[in-house]
Amino acid sequence: MGTLLDTSAIGGCNPEAAICTRGVTRDFQAGQQTITVLHGIDLDIRAGEMTFLVGESGSGKTTLISIMCGILWPTLGEVKVFGTDIYDLGDSELVEFRLANIGFIFQQYNLIPSIDAASNAAVPLIAQGMERHEARTRAVAMLEKLNIGDQANKLPSQLSGGQQQRVAIARALVHEPRLVVCDEPTAALDASSGRRVMDLLREVAVAENRACIIVTHDNRIFDLADRILVLEDGRITHDGREMPEGH
Amino acid sequence: MLWIAIRMLTGDAQKFYGLVFGIAFSTLLITQQLTIFVNLIERGASGVYNVSSADIWVMDPVSRTTDIAYAMPATALDKVRSVEGVAWAVPHIRAQASVRTGDGDLEGVAVIGVDDATLIGLPKRMLEGSTEVLEQPDSVIIDDVGATRMFPDQSPIGERLELNDQRAVIRGIADAIPSFTSTVVLYTKYSQALNYVPGTRNRLSFVLVGAEEPAQAKALSERIEHETGLKAQTRDEFAKDGIDFIIENTGIPFNFGITVALGFIVGVAIVGLTFSLFIRDNIKQFGALKAIGVTNAKIRRMVAVQAGLVGLIGYGLGVLGTILFIWGFASNPTFKGFYIPWQIPLISLASVALILALTGWLALRNVLRTEPASVFR
Ligand SMILES: Nc1ncnc2c1ncn2[C@@H]1O[C@H](COP(=O)(O)OP(=O)(O)OP(=O)(O)O)[C@@H](O)[C@H]1O
Ligand SMILES: [Mg+2]
Repeated sequence: MGTLLDTSAIGGCNPEAAICTRGVTRDFQAGQQTITVLHGIDLDIRAGEMTFLVGESGSGKTTLISIMCGILWPTLGEVKVFGTDIYDLGDSELVEFRLANIGFIFQQYNLIPSIDAASNAAVPLIAQGMERHEARTRAVAMLEKLNIGDQANKLPSQLSGGQQQRVAIARALVHEPRLVVCDEPTAALDASSGRRVMDLLREVAVAENRACIIVTHDNRIFDLADRILVLEDGRITHDGREMPEGH
Repeated sequence: MLWIAIRMLTGDAQKFYGLVFGIAFSTLLITQQLTIFVNLIERGASGVYNVSSADIWVMDPVSRTTDIAYAMPATALDKVRSVEGVAWAVPHIRAQASVRTGDGDLEGVAVIGVDDATLIGLPKRMLEGSTEVLEQPDSVIIDDVGATRMFPDQSPIGERLELNDQRAVIRGIADAIPSFTSTVVLYTKYSQALNYVPGTRNRLSFVLVGAEEPAQAKALSERIEHETGLKAQTRDEFAKDGIDFIIENTGIPFNFGITVALGFIVGVAIVGLTFSLFIRDNIKQFGALKAIGVTNAKIRRMVAVQAGLVGLIGYGLGVLGTILFIWGFASNPTFKGFYIPWQIPLISLASVALILALTGWLALRNVLRTEPASVFR
């Protein structure tokens, strides 16, 4: 009883939850029509585990993680990240919040082509105002954890896709964010390097006080998940350790 | 972050050089054309600048410039001398004449007659011979640009000329600022000039005046006008009259204006296009930076630094190009005495800043409009 009362007292959110969404709805305007992509999503994401978000193309996965990490406003509902109602923040406060708390891994890596791997990995620290030399030193340490310390001085164009994605992972983790979001991190990689990258990501990203959400189609890596959420037409239809039967 | 901005830009060598070239080209065109323009129209005042010792020029009320002067009776000289505050006053003749060279070519020249006793009216420096050569009979001194024009391959010293059917011998070369039309100028004594210039009773073009207190030249010129009924202009006023005459009576300001405007437009076009391409190529990276947590204010600063870097290098190259141009042509009579007035680099700097502000702002709009959410697409 007590627990139930507690959660309702703060908008229904469990204070332990890393991310908590309540009634998150998102509409897009397509010409005259309004399409509702997400229908009142209620989710609690726990820290210390790797949560996979899977679903068919167009089901709303990218929209949902974009909202959860503070780069896309929900039409309705609220999102708390480690207790902060992020869409209650002012514009620049939200940017600062992301810089301090969130690591991003993109499908296309989005590395800056004219600076080397270490500097790319150091970008969040530099953006936080850390002196460049120190930021690079910490970035190199992170690259070493990801087994590409020897590539630190190479430009992105001199690296393979898997190596570039590892640089991107280093960039996502270098400032020790509490939330890491990845959208299709292995989509641009072949099967074996995708697997290697995910193994490494699991090793370095999962931490007791850090939440990690991965959007993926890639059924070869489902076994790495601690929790799998299935999204269908903007609704969560499955939540469990394994993929549901029939998928 | 600013370091990253600079590396983003310089890393894309093609676009970086394109941007620098665009700015350098604009700067060169604007600076160089304005410099030529200013120096050319200033030649409208060369007659005044060449006689630097005169504080005031006194003339008939209808006279307009050193070259458009209506002659006064010789008595004007004494009237001017009697005005209080006049330290000295000397007669000055300026007239057109035709000259036949030894080869038989006919050339229009300006004859300038300077005061017999003081030689006031001659340019300050001589390139060859001394001013004393005028003591010899039939002597004239030619200006240096005129000398190269009339005698391209030989020394003019000792050359005999027929000046309105009178004999003249060139015995010296003066270092003078050429006139707007680069007319050949022959300097001689006032008394000698009267022989060369056919004429009527009145042949005194100007009375040159030295003021007892040069700082009070303006007041003195007003007193001279009041007491003599003649027109008196201070050195600066009369120089301005000459320049204004060129501006008002030639298409020069318009033509140079067009070139300067073209320089600006070409700059906007090249830089604008290249800047937009650069931003478009990097829009994903900018989007990623925005998602990661770089504020729009910081992005603005990044683009400003990129624009500033391009501007500084391009502007430096453009001004350097102008300096090299002026320096390279210094010995060419057309560009004799050309200098870059300090205002001109400032004007081109302002133009460059405007070009970059305009194009940078246009390019920046795309970055600022990019939603961070677009990085997941
Ligand atoms: N900015 C937008 N404007 C209009 N419609 C959008 C926008 N973003 C997404 N949508 C629509 O929302 C729906 C869900 O898109 P979303 O990108 O979230 O799907 P997804 O599950 O990530 O798909 P995929 O697996 O193909 O990446 C799609 O129908 C898409 O067309
Ligand atoms: Mg998607």
